[in-house]
Amino acid sequence: MSTAEISAADPAPRRLASARGSGLEPVFHAACFMAATTLLAALGGVLVALAIGGWPAIAKFGVGFLTNVTWDPVQDVYGAAGPIVGTLITSALALLFALPVAGGVAFFLVELCPPALRRPIGTAVELLAGIPSIVYGMWGLFVFAPMFAKWVEIPAMAAAPADSIWSTLVQGIPNGSGILAASIILAIMILPFMAATLRELLHTVPAQVRESAYGLGATTGEVVMKVTLPYVRRGAIGAVMLGLGRALGETMAVTFIIGNSHDFPKGLFDAGSTIASTIANEFNEASGMQQSALIALGLVLFLITFIVLALARLLLRNQARL
Amino acid sequence: MNKLFAAAVFATVAFGAAANAASLSGAGATFPAPVYAKWAEEYKAKTGNALNYQAIGSGGGIKQITANTVDFGASDMPLKPDVLAQDGLQQFPTVIGGVVPVMNLPGIKPGDVKITGPILADIYRGIRKFWDDPVIASYNKGVKLPHLPITVVHRSDGSGTTFLFTSYLSMNAAHWASGPGANVSVNWPVGIGGKGNDGVAAFVKQTPGAIGYVEYAYAKQNHMTYALMRNKSGRWVAPTAEAFAAAAAGAKWGAAPGYYLLLLDQPGANAWPISGATFILMHSKQANAQTGHDVLAFFDWSYKNGNPAAETLDYVPLPEGVKSLIRKSWLKITGPDGQPVYK
Repeated sequence: MSTAEISAADPAPRRLASARGSGLEPVFHAACFMAATTLLAALGGVLVALAIGGWPAIAKFGVGFLTNVTWDPVQDVYGAAGPIVGTLITSALALLFALPVAGGVAFFLVELCPPALRRPIGTAVELLAGIPSIVYGMWGLFVFAPMFAKWVEIPAMAAAPADSIWSTLVQGIPNGSGILAASIILAIMILPFMAATLRELLHTVPAQVRESAYGLGATTGEVVMKVTLPYVRRGAIGAVMLGLGRALGETMAVTFIIGNSHDFPKGLFDAGSTIASTIANEFNEASGMQQSALIALGLVLFLITFIVLALARLLLRNQARL
Repeated sequence: MNKLFAAAVFATVAFGAAANAASLSGAGATFPAPVYAKWAEEYKAKTGNALNYQAIGSGGGIKQITANTVDFGASDMPLKPDVLAQDGLQQFPTVIGGVVPVMNLPGIKPGDVKITGPILADIYRGIRKFWDDPVIASYNKGVKLPHLPITVVHRSDGSGTTFLFTSYLSMNAAHWASGPGANVSVNWPVGIGGKGNDGVAAFVKQTPGAIGYVEYAYAKQNHMTYALMRNKSGRWVAPTAEAFAAAAAGAKWGAAPGYYLLLLDQPGANAWPISGATFILMHSKQANAQTGHDVLAFFDWSYKNGNPAAETLDYVPLPEGVKSLIRKSWLKITGPDGQPVYK
């Protein structure tokens, strides 16, 4: 703290500052190093703990743990294909729904919004990002689900012609729960976070770049598509991947609304489960092989998140070369 | 990892105990947590002795008492006598609750529809798909059952309620016993899962044609549409406090070692068929005789004075005969000197 104050208050070059504060500088260095390594150690510790805890299940079921659909706590047979597929589908759909809206919110706030509205809407977006997920879950179950059933699921099922792709897609129980409902709740949850990040990114576009484009006679749409979007492309991919990361691991809201069936979902309205919801549901009362299987599920989620982040890095690197 | 966790819990409990030597600690089932909290509050007001109960789930309660990190554990599932002996534990029931099938059928009021155990198992197996199924209709002459698909709703979280319910289905249908079986969570053949009683209730309320199962207290407080069940004596009974008490009174507690008894299909003309007690677990050999004495003194006081509190919270107290039987069995809980800790 005191180091920061000294260097902030001191306009002298850094060399001089370090000579003056030489007593505190090593302490500051050590503190920063500790903070960074603690995080790394915690990450490594979690990975090792998950691997050790999940090992009995991994050793017993092998690859079948990833490909088998049966999840039977009575017979102690565990296959996680249902929750894994459920996690991937709901997260992908959530991203699909949230991304255009988040982009729209961000562009509106930066390019089109009347200055008087800019602050209230911006604050509202940030407040939305802070709502605990259990609140989204309860709202989803008690408010969203009945409306979704009445206005979307029942009309969609009635309108779908028999034996078409449509009728396969809308299979399930029309009570407002299921894969699609969970994806929409997830989209609402990751939307404010993505919108807030995208807005910050758009603010980083230098005013002269945008104004030159306007000066050349570009419309707002053209400025967004051809100037600002390419400018923030790299950061935007990062924001999207962080949103995806949150969707992958989201627990409580999904548990309330997804219907919690370990089978493969047959349609968009059918019940499913995600890795996080399965762990939340069963960990409390689990012991022995079931507990191990749930920890192994946690490891799988860890790896999926890791792969997502690695892909984001890869995309960013390719972008950098262009 | 378990050992680490146990050590962490132990450290927490040990520090807690050091801070307040008179405070007793227990952990386990969530179902009886409200009544234990109420009893503890009244007990503290009367005697000044505090009791701290953590509702962490039955499985957690069993783990913690086995690891000796709490003074008593609590579980909705009784442990089998051989497991009790192996872990050096004693077990006794405190209050009774039960499971009630609830449904959502247009025009059907609570108690209109009659259901038997085998039919319930068929429905949860996906064998009976519509409400106007001939077998269901044969028990419900004069009731207009709609041609609606039956939507099965179950608990998604591991729960003593599910354990009791699936045990009942296993008793009533061979296909259930050899199929999904009985556990706190099972591999459900059909249906959707709601989290907790309120999750199940919400799905049932939102789905015409749905059937679910919830705790008795929850069904009563929320005025849910329950079904009449056929009990062992062949009578149709409604889920009432009297019906649960009848199930507990008809049960042969004396003949059940370690009180290992699920109150399923108990004899008694008015007994509700899906009842169950919730249990306390204590070590037979108490390392500290005073602690053991204090825990048993609390439950003795609660047996004597706790019925009104239990009833206002819609739990069913144990019959008096069962309570005196339990008090006698407390003599098996001894201190380091081999003497009973509570007489």
